[in-house]
Amino acid sequence: MQKVQKPARYVGGEYKQIIKNKNEIDIRVAYCFPDTYEIGMSNLGLRIMYGIFNEIDGVWCERTFAPWTDMEDEMRKENIALFGLESGDALTEFDVLAFSIGYELSYTNVLNMLDLAGVALRSTDRDDYAPLVIAGGSSAFNSEPLSEFIDLFVIGDGEEVVAPLMALLRNYFTTPALHADAPHINSATVCSDFKSPKKGILKKAFLAQAAKLPGIYVPSLYCVTHNDDGTISEIAPQSGAQLPVKRRIVSDLNSSFFPVDTIVPSVGLVHDRVVLELFRGCIRGCRFCQAGHITRPVRARSHDILVKQGIEALKSSGYDEVALLSLSTSDYEDIFPLCDGLIEWCEPRRVNLSLPSLRADNFSVELMERVQKVRKSGLTFAPEAGSQRLRDVINKNLTEKELLDTCAVAFEGGWNGIKLYFMLGLPTETDEDIIGIAKLSHDVLNCWKQYAKNKSRGVRITVSTSCFVPKPHTPFQWEPQISMSEYMRRVDLLRSAMKSKAITYKWHSPEQSFVEAVLARGDRNLGKAIEAAWRLGARHDSWSECFSFNTWLEAFHDAGIDPEFYAFRQRDYDEILPWSLVESGVTLAHLKNECKAAYAGIKTPDCREGCSNCGACE
Amino acid sequence: MQGSRHPIAGKGAAIAALASSQYLRCNNRGAGIDILTKLRLRYSKTDNAKYISHLDLAAAMRRAFIRAGLELEYSKGFNPHPYISVAMPLSVGMQSVCELMDVGLKAQVEMADLPGQITKYLPSGLEISEAYEPLRKFNELKWLEISGILYYDTVPQDICQKLKTRFCASNIEVLKKTKRGMGTIDIAEYVRDIEFSGTSEVYISAKISAQEPTIKPENILDALGGDFQVLAPDYAVFKRIEAFDSDMLIFR
Ligand code: SF4
Repeated sequence: MQKVQKPARYVGGEYKQIIKNKNEIDIRVAYCFPDTYEIGMSNLGLRIMYGIFNEIDGVWCERTFAPWTDMEDEMRKENIALFGLESGDALTEFDVLAFSIGYELSYTNVLNMLDLAGVALRSTDRDDYAPLVIAGGSSAFNSEPLSEFIDLFVIGDGEEVVAPLMALLRNYFTTPALHADAPHINSATVCSDFKSPKKGILKKAFLAQAAKLPGIYVPSLYCVTHNDDGTISEIAPQSGAQLPVKRRIVSDLNSSFFPVDTIVPSVGLVHDRVVLELFRGCIRGCRFCQAGHITRPVRARSHDILVKQGIEALKSSGYDEVALLSLSTSDYEDIFPLCDGLIEWCEPRRVNLSLPSLRADNFSVELMERVQKVRKSGLTFAPEAGSQRLRDVINKNLTEKELLDTCAVAFEGGWNGIKLYFMLGLPTETDEDIIGIAKLSHDVLNCWKQYAKNKSRGVRITVSTSCFVPKPHTPFQWEPQISMSEYMRRVDLLRSAMKSKAITYKWHSPEQSFVEAVLARGDRNLGKAIEAAWRLGARHDSWSECFSFNTWLEAFHDAGIDPEFYAFRQRDYDEILPWSLVESGVTLAHLKNECKAAYAGIKTPDCREGCSNCGACE
Repeated sequence: MQGSRHPIAGKGAAIAALASSQYLRCNNRGAGIDILTKLRLRYSKTDNAKYISHLDLAAAMRRAFIRAGLELEYSKGFNPHPYISVAMPLSVGMQSVCELMDVGLKAQVEMADLPGQITKYLPSGLEISEAYEPLRKFNELKWLEISGILYYDTVPQDICQKLKTRFCASNIEVLKKTKRGMGTIDIAEYVRDIEFSGTSEVYISAKISAQEPTIKPENILDALGGDFQVLAPDYAVFKRIEAFDSDMLIFR
């Protein structure tokens, strides 16, 4: 332990962690987050689910994270199995391993954590005495690449699924006495007193029943067949499993669980603060955005409840910052009463209010001034595309004027740093659109020159681009990704068009985006490639210092996978897509219409201006 | 990390043994209602909390006061921060039952109740045992009593006797990092009352100079190089037990 970096990541013991008496527990859950402790503990979903599992009598939910490579080396050397932070017990002693998977580049970490736990990777290799392995998070909306490894996926909001699922599980426990020779606990991982053999779960029967619950997808109950060209010919459910599987949503956020008493890590996180969730869903309908599509419609929490929750959580945690979280904070209808209510309490107590995810368009002077009372944080905006034409294509309803007006207010108000995010490779993008990014950035710089009150401090404008990754359940789900060489050509073009030293241009590696694109729209065949990559040492792929493109190329090759089939292929509207079995709420007809509208350069109004009948409100 | 033992060493036998050697002070001096701007907290940092870094420790304390509803004194200026001052930074991974921290408090508190009041809001492993008005400045803290366990894969013959002899030498040169880079220093006069006991593992206790120079437990182990290599343990853990002033009186 002394040998690893930041050992506090691995020991638990934080304020408000939940410890229960094992004798009163019949279901032990390990909430597995396939990234570092710091990233996981910054995730509101983890805190919500941890609270919800632990609210259930007889259930004890602990946490575990993907160990960093140094810790993994030590664990493998010393033969230490992955363990729950609260009890320190090896994961093999748990009944359920619940993964939260939010991004494709954490897939190898999922496999690595199973392996470090001493649990077989594939569902078919795990008997009734191995833990049940379940997963949720946005990656569950196309879970096919992981379908061989996970017994059951929860699709959509997890809050209301947990209790019925745990209740169902209890009906399928089987005693160890019936299976005297059952492999229970790997003796190498037992740390202290001898445990009686663990009870098992009659998994087959349990999964067949669970597959009938709304929002539950059990991959083993679906038979997927392919055409000769690699596309899918049929998805056939078995044993009465549902098709399609409808995602679950929480309809009323006001009555849903909020973790007021939440764990306060003893190691500093990047964002160590109370997080208030203003609403789920998004009214906007940006055509590239998966989060905005799979979480529709908007469901808001009332501002008085939020103020109350915020104050209680601040009191309980002792944090000195509260952040307002949502996909587009400025779209929260009661943002002013909310900010006023919080600031009234926060200001005298030196608590900062931070507002991430602001849109540049309706980010008003007033809002800015209110927040400024406490502290000025950096500004980040995501115009996504450089020209009005392309922003119309992607339905990003942000005009150049709105952006510049907002910047003017910000610079006048004393801000002197701004970050702008763009994507390269959006459908229909031309060189002119790319030059438009440089132009817009220079306009922002000129805006600073015109409006900044104190120019002696200088200005920092950071422009970042990443390579567009078409995502399932969006209007661009059929689109090809641009090649890596084409992305680099566009990067060079943009770089040569950036003429000011005050503007820093950073571009994200196209290689990670390429692997992400392959995994995001992958089918069941990709399981082999993920396993191959993991065996070749792929870990923490979302961290550029860990990501190895060659490892992935070798893995695709070894698994007989042509990655370009997944990344670069234009799909037909009629093709059965691997994620066709999931109903995200938005209809296929709406996605097709939106894709066509994109190519026609026609904008779609947001939900408040006019409902476009996407299907999510039904 | 050692053997196939659970990574949370705090749960291991070694720590249990160490914990039993700790003693808590029962000094109720300073009890009563006081209005203070500055008070000293004595606290322990054991088990998992030993991994909390110096920086994170101040945050943990600050938050515990906020949770308890007690307002700390803040510095003035553009970026105000609470007045929290920790004596003798403890290296990450080492336990202690005699840590000291000064805080500025705005509220009126019952001094005797404060330790319990704050401890219940601290992460596990941090425990305040006493709050009092400081008598001396931290720079007058001169000696630290430490105890530790030295582990050997194979225990050398008469190990305690040999170790004792080694540390009775009148001159014990070790390499030590100084402000000007690496240099040698004779630690003989800065390590006092060193004792060894035990057979399967060796228990060590000593008083080491806390400041000018700062002697760390590792410096003691460094004395077991060269001719004394056979005496060097394969693994060692240490714990701070008590703080003293230059007269070997308990530092307050
Ligand atoms: S159905 Fe209409 S209002 Fe509801 S999310 Fe879709 S577009 Fe918005």
